[in-house]
Amino acid sequence: MNPELKQLYQELIMDHGRQPRNFRVLSPCTHKQQADNPLCGDQLTLYLDVKNGVVQDIAFQGHGCAISMASSSMMTQEVKGKSVDNALALFKKFHQLIMSGESAEDMGRLAVLGGVKAFPMRVKCATLAWHALEHALSANDGQAVTTE
Amino acid sequence: MAEQPSQQQFQSSPSALVSDGRCLTDEVRHQFPTLHQHVHGQPLVYLDNAATTQKPEAVLQALDHYYRCDNANVHRGVHALSERATWAMESARDSIQQFINAANREEVIFVRGTTEAINLIAHGIAESILQPGDEILISAMEHHANIVPWQLVCQRTQSVLKVIPMLPSGELDLEAFPLLLSSRTRLLAVSHVSNALGTVNPVAKMIAIAHDHGIPVLVDGAQAVAHTPVDVQALDCDFYVFSGHKVYGPTGIGILYGKQVWLDRFPPYQGGGEMIRRVSFDHTEFNNLPYKFEAGTPAIAEAIGLGAALQWFSHFRQHTLWEHEATLLYQLHAQLKAVPGVKIIGNAKEKTAVCSFTVAGIHPHDLGTLLDHSGIAVRAGHHCAMPVMDFFNVPATVRASVAIYNTTEDIARLINGLEQALEFWQ
Ligand SMILES: Cc1ncc(COP(=O)(O)O)c(C=O)c1O
Repeated sequence: MNPELKQLYQELIMDHGRQPRNFRVLSPCTHKQQADNPLCGDQLTLYLDVKNGVVQDIAFQGHGCAISMASSSMMTQEVKGKSVDNALALFKKFHQLIMSGESAEDMGRLAVLGGVKAFPMRVKCATLAWHALEHALSANDGQAVTTE
Repeated sequence: MAEQPSQQQFQSSPSALVSDGRCLTDEVRHQFPTLHQHVHGQPLVYLDNAATTQKPEAVLQALDHYYRCDNANVHRGVHALSERATWAMESARDSIQQFINAANREEVIFVRGTTEAINLIAHGIAESILQPGDEILISAMEHHANIVPWQLVCQRTQSVLKVIPMLPSGELDLEAFPLLLSSRTRLLAVSHVSNALGTVNPVAKMIAIAHDHGIPVLVDGAQAVAHTPVDVQALDCDFYVFSGHKVYGPTGIGILYGKQVWLDRFPPYQGGGEMIRRVSFDHTEFNNLPYKFEAGTPAIAEAIGLGAALQWFSHFRQHTLWEHEATLLYQLHAQLKAVPGVKIIGNAKEKTAVCSFTVAGIHPHDLGTLLDHSGIAVRAGHHCAMPVMDFFNVPATVRASVAIYNTTEDIARLINGLEQALEFWQ
């Protein structure tokens, strides 16, 4: 298999893809956000419990490819405990990473998702949960987000 | 229905398109420039034909010739180019009429594709027939293009959408079907071949039953025209629709065949040039069929291209062609089944050209990416048939679909690519 594929499906991604963390319903929660990728049928629901401007807890459920599962899973780990402002800032950095392949210094493990840049058709898989996060925290209007 | 060779007949003998004793596969492949390329360093294997087929030289040349030599608007110039363009487009209509064996050329309407054709019919029925409480009957295996227009129309007219259920085999429930025909049913709209499952529906039988109840039938032939014989008079369908791009023709062109009695009854779909006979500010007289439904400058090059595609396609001995594709489909099934974890979605007795499957432990989308890196083009997703995915309780499938130019070698490459992908995935 070629190196780009190896870059895309790194061990960490495969691990999170197979066993997504925080994969459950969060109840009670302050935010519940649905997200769809109508092109491939990926669907997920993101749950957030925000108190005092901090994401106290976060979880998700749904189905999708390894990239979208891993990205969602790692996102929940990174965002848990962050302030809403910091979570939104991380969304921006993540978006930058996926579009440019360049990782900001403090991206930590999320940098492994940079390999997606070489696969334009898969960008939406990697960003689905992040769009759900951004929408939940900034709009919180109960509307489902979609990648289209 | 014309004879579909049964899969068992072919076992796993290598398939080569043979005509008059000659092996034509190489010759056929030679006519498709897109097939001769490398993708990610591997020779391309194109198995996404249900999405769209590649185009033969005959079609490329027809498009090129029109733009280089005859380019003009149709039906309106007195000059030589316009005359040639008009003649070429109307000859294409004749080729298409012949291809589907329509009784009259006026019954062959150029549209953008299957989707537009179904929307046109939905509009016509809504405007001329549907009353609150009337019913439209579709099936559980329709493409979104044969679901959503009916939902929109039913909302607008307060009609009711009913659905023929499906069996776990991926066949329609033909016992339930007649029970769903009521005195309020105004149309049966059903696919000839399912794009998600490959099922060939017994449309001739279903049309006869619907007609016994006085109900007209629309057949969505998008997946059928390139893979089974189509004779609209033998079927006795009231409407038959398909897209040019799935039968070796260009995108942006498709055909609506409708019996004249229905087309006469329907009001125009769009207003504009071409579809009128006389216009004043108080009153407009509409043009005759087929022009009544062809408002504005049509997709002239594409219409000519579609005519060329069907003429090119008609040169093959049809039976040989169906056998070739049936053999490939048989090999696809047999070899896929032998791969651990593979589950075929859709096991109808009558299938053509399409094989949907899932593999345990790997999402279709990931598999699609891995196969692409082996040079193999397949479709991964819900195939615009989300209700079918729901029925089989899968989010998506991988779909391999064959066409005239595919070979036994292509199937072997797919299986090999699949095995490599699974090894990588471990
Ligand atoms: C069965 C069926 N119906 C309708 C369509 C829609 O065709 P088009 O997108 O060319 O209008 C398709 C195309 O995928 C199809 O397979």
